Amino acid sequence: MSIAAHRPLPRRRLWWTVADAAAVAKRNLYRYIRVPPLLLFSTIQPVMFVLLFTYVFGGAIQVPGVDNYVDYLMAGILAQTVIFGSTQTGVGLAEDMTKGMVDRFRSLPMARSAVLAGRTLSDTARNLFVVCLMLVVGFLVGFRIHTGVIPALGAVALALAFGLAFSWISAFIGLSVRDVESAQAAGFVWVFPLVFASSAFVPVDSMPGWLQAFAQINPVTITVNALRALTYGGPTTRVVLQSLAWIIGILVVFVPLAVSRYRRAAG
Amino acid sequence: MSDAAIVTQGLRRAFGPIKAVDGVDLAAPAGTVLGLLGPNGAGKTTIVRILTTLLTPDAGTAQVAGYDVVRDAEALRSVIGLAGQYAAVDENLTGRENLDLVGRLYHLGRNEARRRAEEMLERFELTDAANRTVKTYSGGMRRRLDLGASLVGRPQVLFLDEPTTGLDPRSRFSLWDVIRELVSDGTTLLLTTQYLEEADRLADHIAVIDGGRVIAEGTTDQLKSRVGGDLLALRVVDRARSAEAAAAVADLGSGAPQVVAEAGEVSLPVREGAALLAEVVRRLDAAGLEISDLALRRPTLDDVFLALTGHVAEAAADDGEGSESRPARPAKMRSNA
Repeated sequence: MSIAAHRPLPRRRLWWTVADAAAVAKRNLYRYIRVPPLLLFSTIQPVMFVLLFTYVFGGAIQVPGVDNYVDYLMAGILAQTVIFGSTQTGVGLAEDMTKGMVDRFRSLPMARSAVLAGRTLSDTARNLFVVCLMLVVGFLVGFRIHTGVIPALGAVALALAFGLAFSWISAFIGLSVRDVESAQAAGFVWVFPLVFASSAFVPVDSMPGWLQAFAQINPVTITVNALRALTYGGPTTRVVLQSLAWIIGILVVFVPLAVSRYRRAAG
Repeated sequence: MSDAAIVTQGLRRAFGPIKAVDGVDLAAPAGTVLGLLGPNGAGKTTIVRILTTLLTPDAGTAQVAGYDVVRDAEALRSVIGLAGQYAAVDENLTGRENLDLVGRLYHLGRNEARRRAEEMLERFELTDAANRTVKTYSGGMRRRLDLGASLVGRPQVLFLDEPTTGLDPRSRFSLWDVIRELVSDGTTLLLTTQYLEEADRLADHIAVIDGGRVIAEGTTDQLKSRVGGDLLALRVVDRARSAEAAAAVADLGSGAPQVVAEAGEVSLPVREGAALLAEVVRRLDAAGLEISDLALRRPTLDDVFLALTGHVAEAAADDGEGSESRPARPAKMRSNA
C-alpha cells in the first residue's frame, strides 16, 4: 500500500480546505434556519442598542460638530454588533466539543483548519445579515450616509473583516475553556471594556486622561473612526489602513493560536 | 503487508499522573471483531482515541490498516470510521443532512455522498425520518444515525466506542443485529464495551482491559475456561456472613471462591456441580447460614472478570480520560446465564 499516493497535492489540498470549510459553514448556518428564535434574539439586541442610544442617550450626548447623533452612532453600533456577534464563535466551538462533534470531525480525512474556518465564516455570514438589518433600522431612525455607495460598502466590508478577526480571538477562548457556559461568560467580559472605552458611542476627548490613553490605541476606536470616515466623511486612508493593520495583526496572532488549540483539543 | 488490520505494541498514554494506557499490545486480523472489555476508566476509550488519531501516544507504536497512527495519520483517517460514546450528530440537521455532511468531509464528492447517505438511511431504517431534524430522534435512532455516519466512507476498519451505552434493551438488541450484519461484509471492527454480554455476543477475540493494561485475552470460550468448569452461585440472607459461607464450601470447589460482599454473593468454580449441591446445602445449614438463592450455572464473562481482577466490573471513580462531561451510566451489568 503506497502511502505517498494518499498525500494530496498542495493545490488539491487548498481546494479541499475551502470545500470542507464551506461544508462546515453551511452546517452551522442551518442552525439559524432550524432554530428561528436564535436569529431573532441575536438581532433584537443590536436593534435595541440602536433605538436605546438614539432615543435615550442620544439627547444627552453632544458630539461637537455633529448635528444628528445617529450619524455618529451608527459606526459605533456596527463595530459593537460585529464584535458581540463574534463572541458566539467560541460558544459554538465549545458546544461542538462537548457534544462530540469535534471528535467526529477530527477523525475524518478533512482539512484540520476547516472546522475553525467554517465556523468563523458562518459567523461572518450571520454578521453580514445583522449589519444589513442594522443599517435598515438606522435609516428608519434618521441615519444617512454622507459619503457614497462605494465607501459605504467599504464600511460594511471593514466591519465584517473586523468581526472575523474577533471571531478568531473568540475561537481561541472557546477552545481553551472547553465548555459552553464558560465560553459564554468568558466570551463577553473582555469585549465590554474594548467596546465601551472606545469612540463607539462618545468622543474619546470626553474621557478622563488615563482612559483616553487606552481608548486611543484601542482597535475598536481605530476601526470605529474608519467606519465613521467611510460613512460620515473626513480623512479616510490613514484610519482605514490602521484598522486593517489591527485586523491583520489579530489574525496573524490568533489564527495559529486557535488552530494549535484545536489540534490539541483532545488534550 | 501483514493481514492484521490493527496492531499495537507497547502503547502508552498518560494524563498527568494517571496512566490511562500502560503498555498495551493488541492485534486484530482483517475482517474480525476485537472486543475491548473493561470497566469505566480502564483505558478503552484512550486506546480508541489513539487508534483513530485523536490522541498521540506517549510511547509505543500502532498501525491501523497498515498506516502508522502518528506518521500516516492523515491517510489513516480516510480508511477508518468512528462512532464515539455519544452520538456525534448535529441536532439541528436532518438525518440525511448529517450523513451527507460526513460524506462530503470524507471527500466522496457531491453525488457519491448523496448516494451513500441514502444507502445508510435505508440500511439503518431511518428513511422515514430522513427529513426530520435529529432533535426529534430517539436515543436508539441517534445511535443508528451515528453508526451510519461512521460507515459513510466505507471504512476498512471501524471503531465503535461503547456503541450501546445508555440504550434500552430493545434498542441494544437491534443495534447488535446491525453490527453483526456489517462485520459480515468484511469490515474489521474494534468495539469497546463494559457490557460483558455484548463482547460475548459480538467479538471474535476479546481483550480484557483493566488499569490501562490487557489483563487477559482470547476467545470467549478460552476466557470462560479460565474460570474452570461450572459455577455454583449462592446468596446468603445475612450479607455480613458471606465470607463465612465462602469458607464453609471452599474445599468443594476446583478453585478459590469469589465473594461479592455487598451483594452477599459467593461463587465457586466446581467440576461436578450437581453432585455437590446437597453437600453445600448441608454445610450451610450446619453453619446456620440462611440462603436466599442457590444455583449452578455456566460461567459468564462477568465471572471471568471477577476471577481475573478480583473485583467486579465496576466503574472507577475517575476514568482519567478527559471526558468529564460523559453521561453517567450503570456501574455494572450482570448478565444471566
